[in-house]
Amino acid sequence: MFHWLEKHPFFFAVGVFVVIAFAGLIEIVPNFAQASRPVIGTTPYSTLEIAGRQAYIKNSCNACHSQLIRPFKSETDRYGHYSLSGEYAYDRPFLWGSKRTGPDLHRVGNYRTTEWHENHMKDPQAIVPTSIMPGYPWMFTTNADIDTAYAEQLTAAQFFGVPYNKPVPMKDGSTTVVKLGNSIAEAHAMALEEAKAVVANMKDQDVKDAVARGEIPEIVALIAYLNRLK
Amino acid sequence: MENRPLEYDYTVAKMFMLTTIVLGIVGMTIGVFIAFELAFPGLNTILGSGLAEYTNFSRLRPLHTDSVAFGFTVSGIFATWFYVGQRVLKVSMAESKFLMFVGKLQFWLYVIGVAAAVVTLFMGYTTSKEYAEFEWPIDIAIVIVWVLWGVSIFGLIGIRREKSLYISIWYYIATFLGVAMLYLFNNMEVPTMLATSPAGETNIGDWLHSISMYAGTNDALVQWWYGHNAVAFVFTVPIVAMIYYFLPKESGQAIYSYKLSLLSFWGLMFVYLWAGGHHLLFSTVPDWMQTMGSVFSVVLILPSWGSAINMLLTMKGEWQQVAASPLIKFMILASTFYMFSTLEGPIQAIKSVNAIAHFTDWIVGHVHDGTLGWVGFMIIAALYHMAPRVFKRELYSKSLMAAQFWIQTLGIVLYFTSMWIAGITQGMMWRAHDEFGNLAYSFIDTVDVLHPYYALRGTGGLLYLVGFFMFAYNIYKTMTAGRRVEESELQNASPMGA
Repeated sequence: MFHWLEKHPFFFAVGVFVVIAFAGLIEIVPNFAQASRPVIGTTPYSTLEIAGRQAYIKNSCNACHSQLIRPFKSETDRYGHYSLSGEYAYDRPFLWGSKRTGPDLHRVGNYRTTEWHENHMKDPQAIVPTSIMPGYPWMFTTNADIDTAYAEQLTAAQFFGVPYNKPVPMKDGSTTVVKLGNSIAEAHAMALEEAKAVVANMKDQDVKDAVARGEIPEIVALIAYLNRLK
Repeated sequence: MENRPLEYDYTVAKMFMLTTIVLGIVGMTIGVFIAFELAFPGLNTILGSGLAEYTNFSRLRPLHTDSVAFGFTVSGIFATWFYVGQRVLKVSMAESKFLMFVGKLQFWLYVIGVAAAVVTLFMGYTTSKEYAEFEWPIDIAIVIVWVLWGVSIFGLIGIRREKSLYISIWYYIATFLGVAMLYLFNNMEVPTMLATSPAGETNIGDWLHSISMYAGTNDALVQWWYGHNAVAFVFTVPIVAMIYYFLPKESGQAIYSYKLSLLSFWGLMFVYLWAGGHHLLFSTVPDWMQTMGSVFSVVLILPSWGSAINMLLTMKGEWQQVAASPLIKFMILASTFYMFSTLEGPIQAIKSVNAIAHFTDWIVGHVHDGTLGWVGFMIIAALYHMAPRVFKRELYSKSLMAAQFWIQTLGIVLYFTSMWIAGITQGMMWRAHDEFGNLAYSFIDTVDVLHPYYALRGTGGLLYLVGFFMFAYNIYKTMTAGRRVEESELQNASPMGA
């Protein structure tokens, strides 16, 4: 059979394809239907959070920080409850990372504050003297791309049925609605409201002034995203 | 015509040889730089804080991985294909204007794609998925390049004189099909400009931005099915294609066993794809899938070692050639590193080992003994073997080649030993508890302890890079100053100057 295949390239290629595609079919297809149900208490991302998430991705924070707490005592002691599949239901893309040059961030919102992030992102060594993390000072002067964040929310809602403007169940039995703006202008206004709540806890006067002018520096969006990781 | 040897046309092979070397230098230089950034964080602002956005570790890391994988390695795959393909199919590119055109088009589109990828990654356009960071327009360009390569492969096969496909061709076909399937499925994404706001606005935001078709755990599953098998079909399968051609050719020895090559090929094809799950052990993907990933990773030793042993036994009775020729040394060490990293990988895929190894530098070390030792050495050897035949000149310097071999080998050894120690140290410190059951170390303790290993790793990488510059210089001098040789000198062992 093999000698015959080696003289018939078409059938050879078909044979190879069947053999390599087999594992994918078995492994991936059956899981798809079930893995993406959100756990109770997981809400879609707000415009500002998405903008922060995009800043996180733009700077490849995931190259050094994971967002996946494994079910070991040493990890739950350090980072909190181990991660659950449904917590990632609105993550496109997933940001588990593959290397912990720095610590895991999946529940960083539980134990770090806005002010801590502000100081740390500007100059990590000011907070942790021997840290090898670079500073991200440009995030304080570059504005977040709210338009693209809004477009991403719309895409998630229109193509993947992410429940914006719909009640989602919370852990205490209540429901929450994450609003999605009707227009670019409204999305900006909503993001700005959220940004104001974040900068209330920040010290940097330039950032405060920028938000007062109606701009949203990347750092504000990033902190909104990090604070939501719980 | 009948009695004359075929005149092969290496135009396209030469073009890709150039990008192999240039992109190798780019990717490895960035690699060495970011390695030292981890040891000496001050390097993150080496060009001043104004440009820090473009010189910091996190922005450069995808540039390193993508330029060595899709730049250096993929160029090497293409370069060797446009050389090996003609020779084992006994047909010249010059016989088909169409295939020549397709080959050149593939090259220029590839160059444009690479340029676009470099610029966008510097600017921070990334999908964040490892080895699939490119945004959607570049993905489309890559698919076109890949399809053109498929046209080359099957076009050349279509007009072949040698009816039976040699082993290397099996592996090139598998590379083409495997990467096509993986790349398409993993890069399914929706450009966000396609959405419309309730107020009727369209084309909102950045046109380059897209989001993944899959969410959360599913996205992770597809990504590591891809990520692991990108290693299979970029760093393993085509490299095996190369060694099956270049080692017998350079040594003048026949392949030790046809049956072993059959077993290894079909075994590798079937087993490799299951193993992706070992990147997701103890994650939120279903348990049975993690176990499958673990088990098949161990089974994977068989086909991997099958190929490697087949290569080593090909040298049976001719081991003096390893001592005599630095070119053979490169290939023998490559297949030895192949054995080494295909044993190390399965060990790391065992659940209890993975609990310590995952997220640490041991994984980084594992990748690099595969890529530096196996992929890098094999591509270097392939280009050394091709150069005299393509340029019709003697290799410029044998002693330079030998020096390069030892410098790079030392570099690899420093790299993986430092990363072993770093990874296991960090993994053990993360999980250590004191006598009261509290964590023994804060995270920063586990960073501080790695400093010497990071410095050592950077040094290892630097040695490898120095060796690569020696390689580039040797090839350049071969092209420009090597002694001209006749076809009769090019039977087996490559002619080398002192």
